[in-house]
Amino acid sequence: MHKNLDINVHHLTRVEGHGNIVVNMKNGKLEKAELDIVEAPRFFEAMLKGRNFKEVAIITSRICGICSLGHQITSLKATEAALGLEVSEQTKILRRILIDGATFQSNVLHALFLAAPDFLNVGSVFQVVSSHKDVVLAALRLKRLANDIGDVLSGRAIHPIRCVPGGFTMLPTEEQLRKIMDDLKGQGMQDLKFITGVLASLAGEIPQFERETEYISLKDANEYAFYDGDIFSSDTGARPVEDYLDVTNEFVVPHSTSKHARYNRSSYMVGALARFNNNHEQLHPVARDVMKELGLSAPCYNPYMNTVAQMVEVAHCIENSIMLIDQLLTDGIKQEKPADHPTRYGRGVGATEVPRGILFHEYTYNRQGNIESANCIIPTGQNLENIDDDMKKLVPEILSESKEAITHKLEMLVRAYDPCISCSVHMLDVSFIEE
Amino acid sequence: MNKPKVAFFDFTSCEGCQLNKLNLENDLLSLLELADIVEFREAMDDQADFYDVAFIEGSISTPTCVQRIFDIRRRTKYLVSLGACAVQGGVNAMRNLQPADEVQEAVYGEAKYLFPSIPVQPVSAYVKVDFEVRGCPMSTPEFLHIFKSIVLGRKPEIFDHAVCVECKLRENECVLDKGMFCLGPVSRAGCEAVCPSNGQYCTGCRGLVSNANIEGGIAMLQRYGFSRKEAIKKLEMYSALNERVHQKTECEHA
Repeated sequence: MHKNLDINVHHLTRVEGHGNIVVNMKNGKLEKAELDIVEAPRFFEAMLKGRNFKEVAIITSRICGICSLGHQITSLKATEAALGLEVSEQTKILRRILIDGATFQSNVLHALFLAAPDFLNVGSVFQVVSSHKDVVLAALRLKRLANDIGDVLSGRAIHPIRCVPGGFTMLPTEEQLRKIMDDLKGQGMQDLKFITGVLASLAGEIPQFERETEYISLKDANEYAFYDGDIFSSDTGARPVEDYLDVTNEFVVPHSTSKHARYNRSSYMVGALARFNNNHEQLHPVARDVMKELGLSAPCYNPYMNTVAQMVEVAHCIENSIMLIDQLLTDGIKQEKPADHPTRYGRGVGATEVPRGILFHEYTYNRQGNIESANCIIPTGQNLENIDDDMKKLVPEILSESKEAITHKLEMLVRAYDPCISCSVHMLDVSFIEE
Repeated sequence: MNKPKVAFFDFTSCEGCQLNKLNLENDLLSLLELADIVEFREAMDDQADFYDVAFIEGSISTPTCVQRIFDIRRRTKYLVSLGACAVQGGVNAMRNLQPADEVQEAVYGEAKYLFPSIPVQPVSAYVKVDFEVRGCPMSTPEFLHIFKSIVLGRKPEIFDHAVCVECKLRENECVLDKGMFCLGPVSRAGCEAVCPSNGQYCTGCRGLVSNANIEGGIAMLQRYGFSRKEAIKKLEMYSALNERVHQKTECEHA
């Protein structure tokens, strides 16, 4: 059992952005257990000032390459709310399909390429290639399929082109949509089942650790919420998205260039596990099968299971996009232009569920349609205080293990949250401090 | 070159260019046969002391960035900048146009002096850059072309003509004629005019052609009904650090 412990992981690997884990224990007393965010700040709020509403989503998608679609859609929703733009049902369906694609691409990338090497005790997916080539190829095919959705519907999966205020600059053809639907139904479902089977055999490698916390996500009466809904806290219930500032309560801490957040307790969790805990009843049937096969049940208080919840969502998103494409094909694609003539100028808030959790953009426009002020609150930022709280509970529970084992579990913990540090700073390393 | 040791590093950016590589699903495994990836923090744990090729994504914007880029340059044979942020400062550089203190305060409020930052600069402002892959996100065919050229010891072909050329080759209707704003005439091609081909205007993400006639471009935009102010503001999105954008020169052809 350690009395003194000093862990310092500088620039944690296999996460998006730069962060350090710092744990310091002296004479049996835990003095520090925190995730330092050292990513260089980006200052997007300042870049947006004075920009026209048609340029805003082009700039905000550049907050993050991994979540560029999520930022773009959230940005468009905020702009549309501020300018009184009404989008068509077809636009909403196309955006939902894009979010499904972006979510399952990101979840596959994280669960299989960034997190899975931990379960196989290797340092990167490149080492998995030789031992599990068939799994890597199946994961790459799934990722490709998700990116095809982005390419076909938005012109480009990273930094989409066709999504603009009020709708789309160009629409996919029915032939393109039918091909995606057939691929999802065929190869997509087959690869999903194969990967789920492999992951089920590794489920024993997931650390046993529980800490019940407040779970916050969107909630929509009609579906497992990604595109729309109210803010929902597992502690206090629903609130409209316009009240987001009362929920996020951002604050600056000296060890992080990304701001932290709290609502009803000292910290809250967002992301796949929070969505699962709040909305699991609305999952599609294949997702429920994956959930059972991977041993996930609601409510789940083990943050390491976030990776498993992500795989359940992969299944849900595949099913959901098949359903939505089918609906579009039944109704027929209507050629329509973006509804981009402002009916008012003011404040608007947009919220969507992006892979790492609930994302908020808020803009205020002047009468020329240019940005007066902007605010973006990113999921990873909202999770940071919760990660620190998890580490403070976890370290004392595993003190009998070796320093290497403790470090490994801390790294896995942070990775399980799939932090997107570039986003949160609009930054990760692990450091243990020892006497 | 024998199987080169390759490393990837990210600075101030969205990491979309690195992700664009992971999105080379069909070519990723064959790339791994061509090169040994020795350091790639976003995807692997390993670190190395020496590299043949270091790929750099992102801008230089903090004192730590400066130390890291110097260290990487000392340890690599070739250094390649990936994407708009690394090549010309990217969207990050827009913040240089406002007083630094106000920018810090807008985001961090009273805590503005906790995190030191310096004006945004491209990688080439600090160290020698051997090759550049432009675009936001970087263009993957160009990345593969430059990567293969280095491995084979050939000089890569780099484009320096306007986006209009590629747009015409794709037989797109002129974006300006559609009544939309466009920076195609002064912007560097190599993207296959992907934005105009998807119903958008060219934002100039690959920077300007080396002999861009900025005044002529602005005069033409004015003829299409756009103001000088709007033209400059849009040029600043990706070329905020290009001196020509802010120099008033004689218009030669307009």
